[in-house]
Amino acid sequence: MEIKPKIKSIPYNEWNDNESLEKIVDELHEGGVNVVTGTLDQLINWGRSNSLWSLTFATSCCGIEFMACGCSRYDFARFGFEVTRNSPRQADLIMCAGTITHKMAPALKRLYDQMAEPKYVVAVGGCAISGGPFKSSYHVVKGIEEIVPVDVFVPGCPPRPEAIMYGMMQLQRKVKVEKFFGGANHKQTREEAALGVSNEELTFREKLGDNRRNPIVVTDVPQEFVDEMKAAQTAAKAKEENA
Amino acid sequence: MKLDFLSFDFDKFASEMQNLKTAKGFDYLITIVGEDFGAEEGLGCVYILENTNTHERCSVKMLAKSQVCGDGMSSNGTGDTDGQMMSYIPTVSHIWRVAELLEREVYDFYGIVFLGHPDMRRLFLRTDFKGYPFRKDWKFDDSYTLEDDVEPDYGLEFYLDKDGNLQSKQNKLFTQDDYVINIGPQHPATHGVLRLQTVLDGETVKRIYPHFGYIHRGIEKMWEQMTYPQTLALTDRLNYLGAMQHRHALVGVIEEAMGVELTDRIKYIRTIMDELQRLDSHLLFTSCVAQDLGALTAFLYGMRDREHVLNCMEETTGGRLIQNYYRIGGLQDDIDPNFVKNVKDLVKYLRPMIQEYMDVFGDNVITHNRLENCGPMSLEDCISYAVTGPAGRASGWKNDVRKNHPYDLYDKVEWEQCTLDTCDSMGRYLVHINEMYQSLRIIEQLIDNIPEGDFYVKQKPIIKVPEGQWYYAVEGVAGEFGVYLDSRGDKSPYRMKMRPMGLSLVGAFDPMLRGQKIADLIATCAAIDVVIPDIDR
Repeated sequence: MEIKPKIKSIPYNEWNDNESLEKIVDELHEGGVNVVTGTLDQLINWGRSNSLWSLTFATSCCGIEFMACGCSRYDFARFGFEVTRNSPRQADLIMCAGTITHKMAPALKRLYDQMAEPKYVVAVGGCAISGGPFKSSYHVVKGIEEIVPVDVFVPGCPPRPEAIMYGMMQLQRKVKVEKFFGGANHKQTREEAALGVSNEELTFREKLGDNRRNPIVVTDVPQEFVDEMKAAQTAAKAKEENA
Repeated sequence: MKLDFLSFDFDKFASEMQNLKTAKGFDYLITIVGEDFGAEEGLGCVYILENTNTHERCSVKMLAKSQVCGDGMSSNGTGDTDGQMMSYIPTVSHIWRVAELLEREVYDFYGIVFLGHPDMRRLFLRTDFKGYPFRKDWKFDDSYTLEDDVEPDYGLEFYLDKDGNLQSKQNKLFTQDDYVINIGPQHPATHGVLRLQTVLDGETVKRIYPHFGYIHRGIEKMWEQMTYPQTLALTDRLNYLGAMQHRHALVGVIEEAMGVELTDRIKYIRTIMDELQRLDSHLLFTSCVAQDLGALTAFLYGMRDREHVLNCMEETTGGRLIQNYYRIGGLQDDIDPNFVKNVKDLVKYLRPMIQEYMDVFGDNVITHNRLENCGPMSLEDCISYAVTGPAGRASGWKNDVRKNHPYDLYDKVEWEQCTLDTCDSMGRYLVHINEMYQSLRIIEQLIDNIPEGDFYVKQKPIIKVPEGQWYYAVEGVAGEFGVYLDSRGDKSPYRMKMRPMGLSLVGAFDPMLRGQKIADLIATCAAIDVVIPDIDR
């Protein structure tokens, strides 16, 4: 089954960076796509890609352009992006618009951890991509990809609203080629999600010496326990034989 | 303004400063500049003051003394600072209340402690930050951690005991029974990444501790490694709604220090651009007040008209939000051929629209009930907390830099300084509305008369500023915005510091809101117009 992300009114060949998208499509096609789940995927992804809710995470200048996107002239409600959430629990993506400083970095990581899967990150502006004009500062993170996986980069300082919307539509295309049932193309691995340590836990462990939140991982069975079980089994067998 | 420093004896410093305020009337502390004066003089501070009646300005330079702090005997603390070499200066926070935050800023960057200041904590950086980054001998380190910062629940107070030894003690920020909530750093109503640690009694606010630094980008430190033309790029990204004014202050101080004479054409265009920028910012402000109080329609109206203002500037400067237009000695480029016509159309269009915002939102009875008597602050407090800009003018403080220390063409055009004496959030909103009319008035007078001439006075390829200290202030969109420059004759500044508009405004939240309801915090925050990157720099 052929999956190709279509966006109305912009032909496929006019998009930037089709290669990385095609790579995802190839991964998706590996081993074939079931017709039933494939069709269901398309239906669900159509819905998901047209109602991308972003977490308002505007730290500086780019945030104002993001606001302008939502207002009268640009009005990104046309694409279904107009619902912004202030809680990470309700959001599909982080719109990281602005510089991330060292003091803000733990907050960004925590917000990302708090979001529910599937989740995406859009890095808006030079600061979020690489530190931008503040690259030589002692207090600026040189690109948020050091902290969270980024799906779409929107360059500019600040990017025009048109650029932000283009970036959002690129994200739409990415959402459209995702296998919603079964393995998804998420960057956060299953292990990381299950056993990953949030910054809150790190603080508890390393600053306050509280290890209660360590994940309990059973690697081998204690010998005593095995002996105990064996003894119990032989006892039960002996009892049966006696009976 | 070229600075001539007054200097006082270390022992008499506190009483002389008190004397400056009470006897000589210097009741407005503009800013405190921490500085590492070099190996000979060591660390110290520069205080810039203004007399609000005569608008006379003066500056005081004070060098810090150093000694080893505490033997741990009289300190009731955990001994955080015991045995360390500390520099110290007596506090002025009881004389000018704004000094409370300003001194913490100096402590954060330079490690100078202020004797008698009740709450010496870092202001911008994390508590586990190593060293003091603005000292010249600080070793660059940009490593960071994703662990949360464990903040102390006390502030340190330093004092000299009877033997003259430096000691510290802890002052608790809140008691065991206090109910503390954090508003921010990621909160839609704080207009950015501001964090307000609020102590509540039921719904009533008991105390607000502001926390900054979530967007501290260390611009002033970066400047020390940059050449003068390079420094310009960063100012636009402070208060991005006042990009023109910020850059104006920076090029202003450099031009004044170098003695550059500008042509009339440059002055005309700069004045018009400043006022267009003020319109842009005030439009966004009036929109955001409406949105924060739940009136989405008024928000969309304001943003719609803001796009027209941006169009006017964009055709000339090429940027929508961040224009990068002024440069040392003039402007990047001449105005667009359509600029005059566009601006005239804009003025014609905008005047009735401002009345529309009042019809939709400003004159609404709900708005009045919501904002009147919300976040009150008297004139005396406004001056003591250095609440400049429209917020101070709503309490009757005539603090407009354009009138008091005119630059460019502000003394040649007719306009009025808008003041009210309601002292509350409604007044702050109305001052913004009135100022938009005044901005239109200024633009109307100038737009037809832009003289012929050069848009740029040619400068040397490598710009060097003569030795000395200067301070230059402009009226930013939310208060006085100034730049202090200490030049040692090099091609990059020795120390440059901005006076942010928002820092003192946020510092005033605590006295404004004590005893008020927590919902009023949002309304007050909306009506006072703070932009966080401007505070954090």
